[in-house]
Amino acid sequence: MTVNPAASEPLLSVEDLSVRFRTEDGVVRAVDHVSFELRPGEVLAIVGESGCGKSVTSQTIMGLTRSPNTEFDGRIMFGGVDLVAADDQQLRKLRGSDIAMIFQDPMTSLHPVYRVGWQIAEQIRAHEKVTKAQARERAIELLDRVGIPQPERRVDNYPHEFSGGMRQRAMIAMALANKPRILIADEPTTALDVTIQAQIIELLSGLRGELGSVVLITHDLGVVAEIADRVLVMYAGMIVESGTLAEIFYDPQHPYTWGLLGSLARVDRDRPGRLPSIKGMPPSLINRPPGCPFAPRCPHEFDQCAQLPPIEQRVATPAHLDRCWLTPEQKLVKRVVEGQIGLRAGAT
Amino acid sequence: MVFVLWAISVITFVIFYLIPGGDPALRIAGRNSNETVRAQIREDYGFNDSKPVQYFRLMKKTIKGELVSYSDRTNVRERLIQGIPRTASLVVGAAIIWLFFGILFGVISAVNAGRLPDRVLTMLGIVGISLPIFWIGELMLYFLTYKVSWFPPGDYTELSKDPVQWAYHLLLPWTALSILFIGFYSRLLRSNVLDTINEDYVRTARAKGLSPRRVLVRHVLRNALIPIVTLFGLDFGAAFGGGAILTEKVFNLNGVGQYVADSVGSLDLPPILGTTLYGAFFIILFSALVDITYAFIDPRIRLNA
Repeated sequence: MTVNPAASEPLLSVEDLSVRFRTEDGVVRAVDHVSFELRPGEVLAIVGESGCGKSVTSQTIMGLTRSPNTEFDGRIMFGGVDLVAADDQQLRKLRGSDIAMIFQDPMTSLHPVYRVGWQIAEQIRAHEKVTKAQARERAIELLDRVGIPQPERRVDNYPHEFSGGMRQRAMIAMALANKPRILIADEPTTALDVTIQAQIIELLSGLRGELGSVVLITHDLGVVAEIADRVLVMYAGMIVESGTLAEIFYDPQHPYTWGLLGSLARVDRDRPGRLPSIKGMPPSLINRPPGCPFAPRCPHEFDQCAQLPPIEQRVATPAHLDRCWLTPEQKLVKRVVEGQIGLRAGAT
Repeated sequence: MVFVLWAISVITFVIFYLIPGGDPALRIAGRNSNETVRAQIREDYGFNDSKPVQYFRLMKKTIKGELVSYSDRTNVRERLIQGIPRTASLVVGAAIIWLFFGILFGVISAVNAGRLPDRVLTMLGIVGISLPIFWIGELMLYFLTYKVSWFPPGDYTELSKDPVQWAYHLLLPWTALSILFIGFYSRLLRSNVLDTINEDYVRTARAKGLSPRRVLVRHVLRNALIPIVTLFGLDFGAAFGGGAILTEKVFNLNGVGQYVADSVGSLDLPPILGTTLYGAFFIILFSALVDITYAFIDPRIRLNA
């Protein structure tokens, strides 16, 4: 689990990325000047509510958001190639081989009329010259690796003969097939029930040695706590806070992060009558007003919030960035008053 | 299947006696006949017997293949056997054309959705759906046959005698019959493809780094074509069963469809019954084939062994 962030060159760097969709209702600014780096071997979690731009960010890395109605700004550098500017041919060679992806809903992400093994073999053969028999052998090994019992029999099953958890395992097997350097997991556990979620997370942690780097998209902080090294918190298409797992969980700086942490059910605290939630709805990404996007929902809003705070380091720990005008001292007081959000026992 | 055919035969029989002017004696004897001749005919043909008795007599003849027309005394089975190769030639040829162009245009439309090729094909498709066969068929005959004599005026040459003449004679009827279906099929396929393209599993296919062509053919079309199979089975069965009435009539192919039209026109019960059962048989047969094909193309429908 220990990766020295300073020592390694970034594997992937997203530089000032913006993604806009032209729709009938106006231009949706789905991703707004987002920058981050992914280092070799680390698990980077991107968290936020639905519609905060986390999935769009990850699908843009894969080039899956390209369409005549999409506009991009900024760069995504991977191995010397800018994935935003790369042509379809270049991008296609990277997809599935260097960068693989698993999706939210395993029930619909596998093709319903092809055998599971065939679909994994297709992935292998898309990037490597192997015979069908070899690809099938590899598919069986992969299914075994992701914990499918009787893989030599299951390889010939159709997706509808698999349970939801098994399908997600099959998706993971497919993603691992060409030993990608980056795995993007877009809410891999959201569509599964809780015990299966735990199994999938356990599987992903168990596979960390083989996975290279992982970008984990989720709104489940429990999952994040389980396997992430670093965390990006996104809101309304922007990064509002980023830092290591410990920094985000024990010293969160942005009131939105407090809200996320506050709505987490915890076994080490007294049970509240009702789980707290963040009031209000995420803003529309069309014609978003200037200023801090979280201000309308923020209990700590003050006059300076009419201007958008830059994302910068405000606390002593390096690389812990946030986008809030409050000083760390003010925040500490508010966090204590709000009910001990993100404080280690004994910190007060 | 036998039950369905039986039910259809009863309904045909009942409808025939419910419609006005159905009295077969009048048909057989002719309009200027007197009442004694008609009474004699009723007696000879057994039209005075109760309806169920008449029905059973007819059905017995149907099964034995001895059904004979009231108006021209020809054997229904023989007329059908005569008509089948003509109808089959028309329908099989047209089906190949309409499937080919229907799928081709549907895919081109979907891939270029919203752009010029899509708009042009959409417009042509709607024009094709809207053109009545009797009109476009007559236009073809008028301009391409009578005006410039590029094509023969309808009729039919047997495939075994002269395949070139066979195809030459059928080219216009094939075209006329296909136009409507090409319009329908390409519209349906276009919308199916556009629906399927947004499916999660197509996104997975793209994320795998497959070529756009492979994504389209193996992942999108594979599913988008399933409803086309259903439609094709039913359309083909209906046309094969004598449903291509207008085309056969306009091009004077003398196939089953034309026989249907003629016997309905002369309110001739035995051929009506015979052709209805023949048509129903093919429609049922092709529906069954569609169901069987489904099991092959969609594993979710396959019964667990």
